[in-house]
Amino acid sequence: MLRLAHLRPARAAALAALAATPVLAAEPPAPSAVQFNEGSVAQPLTGQPGSVESGKKIMSTNSLGNCVACHQVSAMPDVDFQGNVGPSLDGVAGRYDEAHLRGLVVNAKHTFEVTVMPAFYKNEGYIRPGEGYTGKAPDGPLSPILDAQQIEDVVAYLLTLK
Amino acid sequence: MTSRIAAAALAAALAAAAGMAGADPIDAPEIVINDGEVTLPTRAPAPDFLKDTLPEVLSGWLFRDEDTRAMEMDDFENPGMVFADQGLDAWSAVEGTEGKSCASCHNGIEDSMKGVRAHMPKMNEAGDDLWSLENFVNDCRVNRMGAEEWGWNSPEMKNMTSAISLQSRGEPVKVAIDGPAAEWWEKGKDIYYTRYGQLELGCFNCHEQYAGKMIRADHLSQGQINGFPTYRLKDAGIVSIHQRFAGCVRDTRAETFKAGSPEFRALELYVASRGAGLPVEGVSVRH
Ligand code: HEC
Ligand code: HEC
Repeated sequence: MLRLAHLRPARAAALAALAATPVLAAEPPAPSAVQFNEGSVAQPLTGQPGSVESGKKIMSTNSLGNCVACHQVSAMPDVDFQGNVGPSLDGVAGRYDEAHLRGLVVNAKHTFEVTVMPAFYKNEGYIRPGEGYTGKAPDGPLSPILDAQQIEDVVAYLLTLK
Repeated sequence: MTSRIAAAALAAALAAAAGMAGADPIDAPEIVINDGEVTLPTRAPAPDFLKDTLPEVLSGWLFRDEDTRAMEMDDFENPGMVFADQGLDAWSAVEGTEGKSCASCHNGIEDSMKGVRAHMPKMNEAGDDLWSLENFVNDCRVNRMGAEEWGWNSPEMKNMTSAISLQSRGEPVKVAIDGPAAEWWEKGKDIYYTRYGQLELGCFNCHEQYAGKMIRADHLSQGQINGFPTYRLKDAGIVSIHQRFAGCVRDTRAETFKAGSPEFRALELYVASRGAGLPVEGVSVRH
């Protein structure tokens, strides 16, 4: 598997990006407007800190993130049938900083070019997109799989996996 | 009853021998049905065009749990057989304006339909279209019986394709992919490797790249179609090839293709060719 840009963003670059961004925007950015730097997204998508509890629920709920479909997380022993398509997320906060974790959840293809991991904050540029799991064409523009606050919640949970 | 116990015991022994719970396919060379009356190999060398990608091609049966495997090992326990029986009844039922049944032209299903399933889909007689088994059935109904065509996924059609497939049980899959079928095959291959939907996943992601892995509770197989039509426990009924394709495409949050569409017939040819050498298993049991 290609691991393009599998590098921590240089601290200096991250700091520069932070300094350049104005006060937290009230509206979350459109998915296409999210700024990536080597797979990382330094700027939180919302002004509200992520909720660890909510992040855990999103990751383990089929209709939401369903991260456990592909990843195993030992800290969720109550969640049945954790998959093994992706690597275990145990200790993931030791491998990536917050900005890179956010980048991975927003769109992991900026880190792993051809990964099977879906981009969770993206809503265009697909081949034959459907309306959720109906198998039918959508009526209007798609929503990203997770909204901006849900992304922040998942990042908050991932940061607990030290 | 004894055969059921034997089947279960064998399955248990095999699972124990394989010594694992779900990471890899079990290590069983054959599906032994009715105490050995029928044996179906579960593995075949990969066809030439796949040699660099896969060492061998594997039946989906190897990836299912013990109870599901045991059901396919005994025709009395296999819930799909009831539907094949209904298809057999329909074989000799007169319908339509010509006063004919399938048997009027083809006689016994055992001889006339032997091997048919193993070569599907294939070019029609006119040589201008690729037909699945369902197309051939409807062609006879409409043009030779003067009867109405059956819906692709209707119970009548699935009963009939089950009855017909059973006449090829054990026959190695062998589809023509050259000549006029070649462009269909290329098209099917394109579809197989296209990442559809909001999840941006193609058939190859789940059934080639990650076959053998667990995606939540599902053990990913190679997505072979030699077991079709299959009795799916989750649906409590027979599932057609195109119905399964549609389910997999839907699960990528994509707009699916229609059952019977040129896209799914092309994909059927390509996927069938990936399983060349595996025996027709239908009616198989999956969950
Ligand atoms: C369809 C499978 C799939 C789903 C669903 C999925 N991932 Fe992944 N993920 C992967 C794979 C595979 C990788 C490894 C990258 C690669 O080699 O493609 C990965 C990598 C990661 C990594 C980096 C791990 C490391 O140690 O390098 C993180 C963090 C991660 N995923 C988090 C998540 C979160 C959070 C979700 C849900 C919101 C999620 N994933 C959903 C397949 C998936
Ligand atoms: C997101 C993952 C995923 C994708 C993408 C996917 N499938 Fe599947 N498929 C599954 C799962 C899970 C099953 C059930 C377990 C198994 O048999 O692999 C399955 C089962 C099947 C089966 C039944 C195999 C058997 O022996 O019963 C076939 C055939 C199949 N898939 C074909 C396809 C084709 C063709 C495509 C592309 C159009 C495709 N799949 C895309 C996940 C997927």
